[in-house]
Amino acid sequence: MINTIVQGLLLGGYYALIAAGLSFMFSVMRIINLAHGSLAVLAAYLLLVLAQNYHLSPFVGLIIVLPLMAVIGFLLQRFILDRAMQAGQLVPILATFGLAIVIDNVLFELFGANTRSLSNFIGSLSYDSIALPGDIYVGELAVGTFVLAIVVLGGLQLFLSFTRYGRAIRATAEDPDTAGLVGINPRMATAVASAIALFTVGLAGAALGMRGTFDAYAGASQLLFAFEAAVIGGAGSVWGTLIGGIVLALAQTFGAKVSPLGFLLAGHGVFLVVLFVRVWLAGGVRAFLRRPA
Amino acid sequence: MNAQTTFRVERWTAASRTAIAVVIALAVIAAIAPFWLGPGAMDRLTILFVYIILAVMWNALAGYAGLVSVGQQLFVGLGAYFTIKLADWGVNPFVGMVGAAIIVGVIAVPLSFPMLRLRGGEFAIGMWVVSEMAHLLVNLDPLVRGETGTSLISLNAFDAPLRRNLIYWLALAALLVLLGGLFMLLRSRVGAAIQAIRDNEEAAASVGVRVTSTKRMIFIFTAVGVAMAGALWLATALTFQPKAYFSVQWTAYMIFMVLVGGIGTFEGAILGAVIFFAIETWFGATGVWYLVGLGATALIFALLLPRGIWGEIERRTGLRLLPVGYRLEFKLPGAEP
Repeated sequence: MINTIVQGLLLGGYYALIAAGLSFMFSVMRIINLAHGSLAVLAAYLLLVLAQNYHLSPFVGLIIVLPLMAVIGFLLQRFILDRAMQAGQLVPILATFGLAIVIDNVLFELFGANTRSLSNFIGSLSYDSIALPGDIYVGELAVGTFVLAIVVLGGLQLFLSFTRYGRAIRATAEDPDTAGLVGINPRMATAVASAIALFTVGLAGAALGMRGTFDAYAGASQLLFAFEAAVIGGAGSVWGTLIGGIVLALAQTFGAKVSPLGFLLAGHGVFLVVLFVRVWLAGGVRAFLRRPA
Repeated sequence: MNAQTTFRVERWTAASRTAIAVVIALAVIAAIAPFWLGPGAMDRLTILFVYIILAVMWNALAGYAGLVSVGQQLFVGLGAYFTIKLADWGVNPFVGMVGAAIIVGVIAVPLSFPMLRLRGGEFAIGMWVVSEMAHLLVNLDPLVRGETGTSLISLNAFDAPLRRNLIYWLALAALLVLLGGLFMLLRSRVGAAIQAIRDNEEAAASVGVRVTSTKRMIFIFTAVGVAMAGALWLATALTFQPKAYFSVQWTAYMIFMVLVGGIGTFEGAILGAVIFFAIETWFGATGVWYLVGLGATALIFALLLPRGIWGEIERRTGLRLLPVGYRLEFKLPGAEP
């Protein structure tokens, strides 16, 4: 029982990590990037290529992949999201969905249907574990991911609150035109925000590849997990994302104990329950009946 | 404005009257086509009908009600699943297909309440999660035998030529009823409300349009339509594998068809379905690159040509073949000879 809770908590760290970028992008740009999961998988494949072909440990590989992801984020904003955001609320959804299809299928074409993993390239870290009192063992990698999630989420929070660029990004999120009047370049601010979001996506992709397996079409489920964690925690809230990730992961680990399908069923279930309860509380039954709509 | 200005409100134009006549003629020809078409051509046409239904339904939801869903495969899957389920209970498979679409419509009613409270991307992915959930739940039904799937064996009671004809006619009937129904709906008072919502939700609400209940009507209508498409697909494919029916690829196809054809126009969705059908016929065999092409095309259209092909034609020529709106024609004094 306690073991299940501990494992669930640690898995929640991974979900919080992958949700961080999605939630960050949503809170500062009001965009839900449907290619989020696919981009994380792309990062995992990049690390795999570096490890296989150039014998770079994934940790060293990150030195190349993280800046690369940031550049991709910058370009993504410049060439796709900027234009999509101007065309209306719905276009970013369509554009990023199209992008996700392209990324997934190109990865499939390049790497085939086999599931891959980075665990072979990180030595004993993939199975090293720490003993806790009560006969509980936790993987070092899982603990590391959890800590990393806290660092990333905290870092994003501090960045938004205390740095010049963070304030510029928040101002742009509030009102890009007014931000422009006070000397902020809104296009630059959103491009930097997107670069930061994709930097965290790179970290999430590394965690994904090291802790288990992935394939070309793994992006969709990663997107859903990230989205669920972000929504359960309250989209846009930094620490809420961590709570959301943990709630999602706990539901999944307990669900998995009940039936093989329970892992996913309980995860989606808890998301929908939270969603419905929130909708119900926000609107209230009375407000719903009174409304002309 | 000058007192002598006269104007005329028109809905039908010569072009659109001709278009309706052509549509009726095509429908009649399509209805009697089985008497001379070969089996292969009929199967392909059935598939084209299914694509048109899917495109028009997704367009109604996104283009008119402003609801972009990435989870419409939910209704494809449920339509097919309930057809299997009803057949298992001894219902005639053709009655079962229509029955399945109605059941899905009933399910869509309670589902619409929480879902329609979600905004933009939240609605889009929220629908996807519901679809994944339904996929898992369908897998729990022993009848389906997990991802192995099952078949609509009750169709074997009909011999092959008769079966092919019946599926074809059912698809054609579904197409005409669904499109005709939507066309009438869009031209009614509700249609004016829908188009007001499409153009500006807040403004529509401020002039007394019942935004949520109008959206709900479209949501349920499209659920029925997509479920019917799913049931018809099952009838042509015979096998039901949950993974194939609850695949997000269905939504990718719908988005492609509507974006390329022209979002928010009745003609555009149909045009998009025909284009998709042609592309699939020619390039479908190239597998993965074909999918890359679809995704890239959707992306490019979303960014560079958001009105799609029909939208551009409409903008440049003012041509409206299946008019659901009105047009105002001014005759300024002296402007005409």
